[in-house]
Amino acid sequence: MSKSAVEVPPRCGFSFDLCRRNAMLSEKGVKAPSYRKTGTTIVGLVFQDGVILGADTRATEGPIVCDKNCEKIHYMAPNIYCCGAGTAADTEAVTDMVSSQLQLHRYHTGRESRVITALTLLKKHLFNYQGYVQAALVLGGVDVTGPHLHTIYPHGSTDTLPFATMGSGSLAAMSVFESKYKEGLTRDEGIKIVAEAICSGIFNDLGSGSNVDVCVITKGHKEYLRNHLLPNPRTYVSAKDYSSSKKTEVLLTKITPLKEKVEVVEGGDAMEE
Amino acid sequence: MSIFEYNGSALVAMVGKNCFAIASDRRLGVQLQTIATDFQKIYKIHDRLYLGLSGLATDAQTLYQRLVFRHKLYQLREERDMKPETFASLVSAVLYEKRFGPYFCQPVIAGLTDGDKPFICTMDSIGAKELAKDFVVAGTASESLYGACEAMFKPDLEPEELFEVVSQALLSSVDRDCLSGWGGHVYVVTPTEVTERILKGRMD
Repeated sequence: MSKSAVEVPPRCGFSFDLCRRNAMLSEKGVKAPSYRKTGTTIVGLVFQDGVILGADTRATEGPIVCDKNCEKIHYMAPNIYCCGAGTAADTEAVTDMVSSQLQLHRYHTGRESRVITALTLLKKHLFNYQGYVQAALVLGGVDVTGPHLHTIYPHGSTDTLPFATMGSGSLAAMSVFESKYKEGLTRDEGIKIVAEAICSGIFNDLGSGSNVDVCVITKGHKEYLRNHLLPNPRTYVSAKDYSSSKKTEVLLTKITPLKEKVEVVEGGDAMEE
Repeated sequence: MSIFEYNGSALVAMVGKNCFAIASDRRLGVQLQTIATDFQKIYKIHDRLYLGLSGLATDAQTLYQRLVFRHKLYQLREERDMKPETFASLVSAVLYEKRFGPYFCQPVIAGLTDGDKPFICTMDSIGAKELAKDFVVAGTASESLYGACEAMFKPDLEPEELFEVVSQALLSSVDRDCLSGWGGHVYVVTPTEVTERILKGRMD
């Protein structure tokens, strides 16, 4: 096979070909852009039959709230979930990548994924990139060896803890855990403490806000409670419809009818010889 | 100055009842000097899928060419058009590939899915997806667009009302942003037809 002339999409890895240009631009005094962050409160705790993860749902870009209800608890495997804080693109990409590696590993071995496998894959990637992949994660799951909860820092260091917090609201959330956490919590007690910790992040940290997402993982079962609490509903909706006294001035209108979708019926007398 | 403010742009997409609208301003500038007042910022990917690119215009056009290339390869291999969700993942992957030397572009994607449900989505310059149910904005006028859309948007608007809302939101926002404006370009897409309109706006 000869090499094709066109540039085929690359297999994997980052491309650095715009770095020189971008560095030149920033040398000339052009500010580099800010990325979407999840200035976040994310938490996790171990309770008597598993792990509970929690997150707020605000995404920010500088001081602007760009998403009021985003999802920060990412799927890793059927028995493992992961909360992400830091640069939104990095947390999204790193969890997606590892979750696909875990899926392939499950196809290969035919066994349930272990939390330690996910942890190793994540920290290996983050350590490789020396903290430039800005993802701070709380990884939780239940596997054949029991419930596990880990935190992963952007530089690739990890902790194994009975309760953990991450993100800009981590101090607010940790204060709740430090005063209320005890061993052998029931499911309902656990959810209540997690929700309370997230709420303290939502109300005391400006980078966190909106709603509370919770994910409960137990042996062979998981429950994703999306928008478990909605402590900040909209209060300023006007009952009246928006209406303007005169219509928008239009210079040119072009209407293109779309083609009807053609249904292809398989079989029948489509091609007779 | 941020690199996003070099050319100036305003982009917005909104969801209506079985339809969507995507709108942009028409200015191309070099900082405070206006170069063109009929600049295309919204591109058609296929009949039911549109892509708006805000930010640095040179990167927007390069990115558009790469995305069309990838979409055409997909069409040849799969013999069908891309779903909006799939296209959003493609854009995200193409942007994240340049994580450490990004294109200075913020895309807005709007399309109709197979079940005629509208899909809108925006990203930052390194591909962090934001899937919204109501509206998405991008560009130098994004702050004022957030405010205008937040106040004017209502769920389940019919195509004609949606056009009015999106146009008024766009025009009132770009009047408070000196880097964008000079009229507007609005596409309203329903399952049966696409209506493209050019808006009259302030020329100062």
